[in-house]
Amino acid sequence: MGGTKRIGQRTIQFADPPSVVATASIVGPKEGEGPLADSFDKIIQDTYYGEKSWEKAETKMLAEAVNMSIKKAGLTPGDVDYLFAGDLLNQTISANYAARQLSMPFFGLYGACSTMYEGITLAAILIDGGYADRVAAATSSHHDTAERQYRYPTELGTQRPMTAQWTVTGAGAILLGKSGPGPKITHATVGKVIDQGVKDPSDMGSAMAPAATDTIITHLQDTGRSPDYYDLIVTGDLAHIGKALTEQLAQQQNIDLSNNYTDCGVLIYDPSQDVHAGGSGCACSAVVTCSYLLEEMIAGKYKRILGLGTGALMSPLSSQQGESIPGIGHAVVFEMM
Amino acid sequence: MGTNEGGLLDKQFQKAKQQAEQQKYQQMVQSVKPKQTWLKNAIAAFVVGGAITAFAQVIQNILQAVGLAQKEAGTTTLVIMVFLGAFFTGLGIYDNLGKFAGAGSIVPITGFANSIVSPALEFKREGFVYGVAAKMFTIAGPVLVYGFLISVIIGLIAFIFQ
Repeated sequence: MGGTKRIGQRTIQFADPPSVVATASIVGPKEGEGPLADSFDKIIQDTYYGEKSWEKAETKMLAEAVNMSIKKAGLTPGDVDYLFAGDLLNQTISANYAARQLSMPFFGLYGACSTMYEGITLAAILIDGGYADRVAAATSSHHDTAERQYRYPTELGTQRPMTAQWTVTGAGAILLGKSGPGPKITHATVGKVIDQGVKDPSDMGSAMAPAATDTIITHLQDTGRSPDYYDLIVTGDLAHIGKALTEQLAQQQNIDLSNNYTDCGVLIYDPSQDVHAGGSGCACSAVVTCSYLLEEMIAGKYKRILGLGTGALMSPLSSQQGESIPGIGHAVVFEMM
Repeated sequence: MGTNEGGLLDKQFQKAKQQAEQQKYQQMVQSVKPKQTWLKNAIAAFVVGGAITAFAQVIQNILQAVGLAQKEAGTTTLVIMVFLGAFFTGLGIYDNLGKFAGAGSIVPITGFANSIVSPALEFKREGFVYGVAAKMFTIAGPVLVYGFLISVIIGLIAFIFQ
């Protein structure tokens, strides 16, 4: 167990916690009709966003989110030392083509829906390690690009099961720096890939819950904290089913999450929007974190949040070959200091 | 007991332990999953599927009434139903029907048309060769392949036993 800034099994304790400098969130029409509509920076009118394909629209949102966060900080793109970005599409084209526009040193990531929190962790490491002053982390997802790739053509007349989740159309970007309005990032607990044999790609919440629980419990053990140290514990996109399972799994290990635990996939949509189990996609945790959660921290409602991005690491191919779905969860501590 | 034997037993033990854990988790998942509304789905499928096929029968009756022979009327009805399936897919409303009706709109031939037109529409952005033409049968492919295959086998059997 090496490293001087490492505590317990796999938690990083930053010596000089980096700060959130600015955030940006852009969402699609459906998200703009949801409960958090007022928190988002921009709501686009239709899923094509003036482009010829949904993929191009997703790239556009991602680049715009990064630029928006830089502008909000009163900086220029040249002030950003590195960019971490990823998305759900093959070869992470949304991130690659957005990076082409942004022309800053770029690390492409794939963590499925945990990409945002993976990016935040890595960005914080670069800053705390003295390798950079300002690092951006961003991600995007789009309902239709995800459906095309992972599931069925969008006009096909099949029924989606009630366990299925709705991929969020949107992009979120966060700019971290040595100092800023906050909150600060004090700890990060890196996830391990956990697979409890769930094979149903229409039920990703069940697939990811064990990984999320594993990271939450490891984080609490490593830091010696209990769940009520935090005003809020939020997972990325477990949605209703994964959330219920995480609570049960944690309870089995005597960790009570019933008081202060919620999930971005549950927060982003209203049940009347008929999204079945709830939201998913890289943008789910990204836009909710980069708008509602961090805004509420600055407004003083929450002082300490444990955020946890969750990802289902399968592909259509792996499912067709009979593989089960492995999950991962990356945790980050936001604290107003 | 040599170290190799101990290692193998340990592996088997770990595997058994993991399987037990996974089974326990599957049970937990089953208890949390929302229950399927079988009856509601079955009734919706029955009503819509029945309506579509009854409508087709009416068309066939009309065609026969205006003088078409039964075989021609049947074929013409199929063509009309396939057209309607394709048309409503193009209008973007066939998937709304499918959401409610499930198998009731998938199984009739209108559903087959939907399964070919929807990928054709979807992949137009990748061009007419690699997009539309190559991907058109991603959903209906198995139906065509196994449909042809079984027809040929049955034909051969009928031929052999004639």
